[in-house]
Amino acid sequence: MTTTSSAPAPGTLPASRRRWSPRKRARAFRLAQYALLVVAVVAVALAIDWENVGTNFFNTDAIAAIAPQLPRAFLNTITYTAAGFAVGLSLGTALALMRMSSVALYRWIAVVYIEFFRGIPALLVVISFGYAVPIAFGVNIPSVTTKAALALGLVSAAYIAETLRAGLQAVPKGQVEAARSLGMSHGRTLRQVVIPQAFRIVLPPMTNEVILLTKDTSLVFLLGLAVSQYDLTKIGRDALNSAQGGLTPLFLIGACYLLITLPLGQLARYLEKRTGARSRS
Amino acid sequence: MTTAPTTTDPAGPVVRIAGLRKAFGEREVLTGIDLEVRAGEVVCVIGPSGSGKSTLLRCANLLEEPTGGEVEVLGVDVTDPDVDIDRVRTHVGMVFQQFNLFAHKTVLENCTMAQRQVLKRSRAEAERIARANLERVGLADRADAHPAQLSGGQQQRVAIARALSMDPQLMLFDEPTSALDPELVGDVLGVMRDLADGGMTMIVVTHEMAFARDVGDRVVFMDGGVIVEDGPADQVIGAPREARTRTFLQRVLDPTHTGAA
Repeated sequence: MTTTSSAPAPGTLPASRRRWSPRKRARAFRLAQYALLVVAVVAVALAIDWENVGTNFFNTDAIAAIAPQLPRAFLNTITYTAAGFAVGLSLGTALALMRMSSVALYRWIAVVYIEFFRGIPALLVVISFGYAVPIAFGVNIPSVTTKAALALGLVSAAYIAETLRAGLQAVPKGQVEAARSLGMSHGRTLRQVVIPQAFRIVLPPMTNEVILLTKDTSLVFLLGLAVSQYDLTKIGRDALNSAQGGLTPLFLIGACYLLITLPLGQLARYLEKRTGARSRS
Repeated sequence: MTTAPTTTDPAGPVVRIAGLRKAFGEREVLTGIDLEVRAGEVVCVIGPSGSGKSTLLRCANLLEEPTGGEVEVLGVDVTDPDVDIDRVRTHVGMVFQQFNLFAHKTVLENCTMAQRQVLKRSRAEAERIARANLERVGLADRADAHPAQLSGGQQQRVAIARALSMDPQLMLFDEPTSALDPELVGDVLGVMRDLADGGMTMIVVTHEMAFARDVGDRVVFMDGGVIVEDGPADQVIGAPREARTRTFLQRVLDPTHTGAA
């Protein structure tokens, strides 16, 4: 034969240079991942001092000491979150609309606001509301909940505004054109056609905002709280300082936060499914 | 309450466009269009893509703002800033290439929403009219479906029923079959043919030459932002006077043939 071996016969493929087929390699890779996981779990389990973990993290005395304060703090955390979200959503909606305004000045104001509050730590804003705002404006907001709502709301409004804008702009332009061509006004089109569809789009990112806000309520202690106003993190920190039982309060507090955030995620998934199943196009 | 802008003179044009120009930034899409459409007339607009057909149509109900010229629809100069454009649009139906049904509403709700909100019809009346129009396009049994559950052809027929539910005096079709699978085109064209036979005034931007020839009273050939040829459907498609029209039709009717040159 004079032809080289690399030239395949007509109608056939050239010989493969791979030892393993892609599917065989994928299976081997998967097995390797399982093996790695098992090794990691065993190593961690062996490394942990189980006796110490029991007394430090799951100390029943410490649990008993903190338990009476938990319901109140749990409720406070939810209140701060809800109030902060109310402010954040209202202001965020206004900012999102300003960001898309045909008036350039409004757009600039919104951009500056969003960049500013997105760029600085929430901690600074909360401290400002505790000290700077009363000094600068000569007003003392009496209610801690109001102060917390304003401080947290101002920050989350920046994120919410961007989330809403993305959602509103994700609704296809043709939907607006169809509504307008039927004689519907700009406002009606927004309310009846754009916002309902944007709602479904923003649901997952908006859930993130609420969860982030829930965790940011751990900063309200900076406003100076009375005992009855303590949030979850505050009582956790106090218990950490006073009681024995090591890190048990932290574990308990963490579980309480999950008790708030996990149902939120569940709710979002439910809403998404309910509104999404029929309107997907 | 909303008095329909009626064509005062029955012989007067439903649409009168004069010297219409439209530019997107630097790019001139329409450079001086004159067109009149009389009541009951079916005018098909054909031409290569980018020739400005859709833009012309969208200027008629102000989805695009003309840069210059006059656009009079149902006796109203729509370019006048004082005109309530929503009032004109209420009586001008539009059907889009991408259907644009409201994705979050059922078929029936798609057809009743504007009736109730704009024409202030009662729910019962709006639903009765919507169902009658769904019947007309052959989709009475899909009233409770959501748009995503329908084929493209069905969606487009719902879009037509939605527009008809407003009792329009003029219907604008913007390439209504271009996004459809070939086997679904016929149903939509059939509905449009019935509509034309019923005396509806229509402007149809289309690539369906057979439809333009059979159903159109007039065919307008556009190229490069101007109307090149405007005449009876049979003449423009069967015996075009202009060389550009001939070249275009040759390409469209026999895509493998690259033209005489």
